[in-house]
Amino acid sequence: MAIDREQLLHVASLARLELREEEVERLGAQLNDILAAVSKVSELDLSDVPPTSHPLDLVNVWGADEPRPSFSVEDALVNAPERDGDSFRVPPAGS
Amino acid sequence: MIDTLTLTAEEAQRLLRDGEISGAELFAAYAEAIGERDPELHCYLHLCDDPGGDGIPIAVKDVIGTRGIPTTAGSRILQGYVPVYDATVVSRLKSHGLRILGKTNTDEFAMGSSTENSAFGPTRNPWDPSRVPGGSGGGSAAAVAAGLAPWALGSDTGGSIKQPAALCGNVGLRPTYGTVSRFGIVAFASSLDQVGPVARTVRDCAYLYSIIAGRDPCDTTTVELPQPVALPEGDDLEGLRVGVPKELNEAEGAEPGVTAAVRRAIDLCGELGAHVGECELPLSVEYGLPCYYLIAPAEASSNLARYDGVRYGFRATDAADRLDMYRRTRDEGFGDEPKRRILVGTYALSAGYYEAYYGQAQRVRTVIRREHDAAFERFDVLVSPTSPTVAFPLGARTADPLAMYLSDLLTIPSCLAGLPGLNVPCGLSDGLPVGLQLIGPQFGENTLFRVGHALEQALGFDPVPPRLRA
Repeated sequence: MAIDREQLLHVASLARLELREEEVERLGAQLNDILAAVSKVSELDLSDVPPTSHPLDLVNVWGADEPRPSFSVEDALVNAPERDGDSFRVPPAGS
Repeated sequence: MIDTLTLTAEEAQRLLRDGEISGAELFAAYAEAIGERDPELHCYLHLCDDPGGDGIPIAVKDVIGTRGIPTTAGSRILQGYVPVYDATVVSRLKSHGLRILGKTNTDEFAMGSSTENSAFGPTRNPWDPSRVPGGSGGGSAAAVAAGLAPWALGSDTGGSIKQPAALCGNVGLRPTYGTVSRFGIVAFASSLDQVGPVARTVRDCAYLYSIIAGRDPCDTTTVELPQPVALPEGDDLEGLRVGVPKELNEAEGAEPGVTAAVRRAIDLCGELGAHVGECELPLSVEYGLPCYYLIAPAEASSNLARYDGVRYGFRATDAADRLDMYRRTRDEGFGDEPKRRILVGTYALSAGYYEAYYGQAQRVRTVIRREHDAAFERFDVLVSPTSPTVAFPLGARTADPLAMYLSDLLTIPSCLAGLPGLNVPCGLSDGLPVGLQLIGPQFGENTLFRVGHALEQALGFDPVPPRLRA
């Protein structure tokens, strides 16, 4: 199944990726090749096979809720591209 | 005089223990080798000062978080990021006194098979610098091969430890899923990612695995090892059942020189006392690659959503508003391969396509698990080439993503099944290393070490690239 320009831009928008015009063409063509290759999985009828989401058969375990030290505010902010006091600073939300 | 090209970690430990060399001398010997050879090879993205102590030096792949040491995952979007905590595996290295030499190059977010997707330029293969070292862990594998580290940590999602180890002629283990903590690792595809050791010998590999393995309260997917790691000693394979999966050993595109070297190693298993028989993985090889290239991108599209320019890493400047900032940060910060995988993954998970793509791939994954389970009812270990080809020239597969994806054809199926795999060098083809892949059942690492060690002794492979000999 081929995806067209409009679908590609929609998927990119869902993924919060701005694509430049040159990328729309190049990545779009590659994406269609990749999707054509991976669509091979649809050849198999697996309606009676359960899905595997994880390779280990783990059961949930509960841990005690024990407080322990966490990062300081300074540590948490040290890699911030932009900060304002004890907050991350970001551009305003658009209209 | 310390010869870092031939020194094993085990021997280094003996020299340190007997006081024949000091920790500082050992660290300096590697720093000197790096200064001499890394400008050509580009194994390292960041070098560390000697933190002191008397432990063995080690290299760490740059997807593994290191406190106070830059960690980029080979991506511009993490340029300048300095973690404020250590990954659990790094804490374990430190508690054993190991000293970090530096952070090794990787395909961006560990996505690739040649290390050419690194935003900071490719690593070159020490056996032939016009060729790739494999990937994504090409930096770690090339560093060990070139004597720029006695051993290293890598990470493996679909072959990123085993395949570079094959192309660089060293020993690399992808451990059983769940045996090594991922806390503090840059996440790619969480149902597949594993951290593991790269070394020059199977014993070194086993010892490093014993240091990093085991349950971590900070990673809820980890488990305790059912039995402790056994450093291999024996040189026979009496009583062992070795399975040769037809589809992995007769894959289309396998080079004759690779097939021949692997065939000799398989014959040697028989001579060492093993029972060798053929088996089948009928759907695993045919459908493994498409299955992987749905599941891994789907998980990656979710994991990489965190790179938004808000809390750390790169941020695009002069954005009109917040959404514009997210979109431009991600466009300018990510390279092509992460973008392709984010797009494929987002598409495969989107409403209307989820069941046909992601859901179906998860069912294929069950089929692959079952085929491997069936094979391990008859055999203790499965063998095949690790990579269908020896190291390929730089640039040979960069224009065609699907050609690059095929590099991992033989490593991917067992990764999907969560199984451990060990690469052991088994010979040369056209002067370049050929890797033998040993696949074990869940928690079968000790068997892999036993087989790998026995073959290593019998094969006598010399892991030093001839062009680097003095």
